[in-house]
Amino acid sequence: MEIKEKIQKLINENNICLFMKGTPDAPQCGFSMAVSNVLKHLKVNFNSINVLEDEKMRQGIKDFSDWPTIPQLYIKGNFIGGCDIVKEMFENGELKTLLEKKKLI
Amino acid sequence: MALPKEEIKKLILSSIPDAVIDIKDLMGDNNHYSANIKSKMFNGLSKIDQHKLVYKALKGKMGNELHALSLNTEVK
Repeated sequence: MEIKEKIQKLINENNICLFMKGTPDAPQCGFSMAVSNVLKHLKVNFNSINVLEDEKMRQGIKDFSDWPTIPQLYIKGNFIGGCDIVKEMFENGELKTLLEKKKLI
Repeated sequence: MALPKEEIKKLILSSIPDAVIDIKDLMGDNNHYSANIKSKMFNGLSKIDQHKLVYKALKGKMGNELHALSLNTEVK
């Protein structure tokens, strides 16, 4: 399966999908840790993908969203943003509102 | 790998000429920055597209020579 299809499948099949460096319990980058901590704080279930385990995934996700960095958060198949945007949305309440609207919280 | 502050400003201004840019070198290593950028070009764009405009201005350096740049964009 081509990496693009693999990514599309992942974000379609998981309501909340976080592409990160490392895992929520062992993040390998401060930005990835920040986003997974926000999701943990909001107590939502999410699927995390460790891009460090698959170089094709690490590059593929950047091409997929035309976004140059990791982490990347997807909710209901939509790209929400990286660390800066997710943190900003968390701080101004937009993230919680979005999750409520999608009945994920 | 690192990118000096002035180089980042020059690149951003080349694509976003009216940008008001405030860059902080967070770790003093030319590699971990935070930047606050104001521009009329952000008007009407989503946050994602505002940030993408900045990343495009950086011509592929974001995530390569430039490891960490925390962005805060504002309309003007």
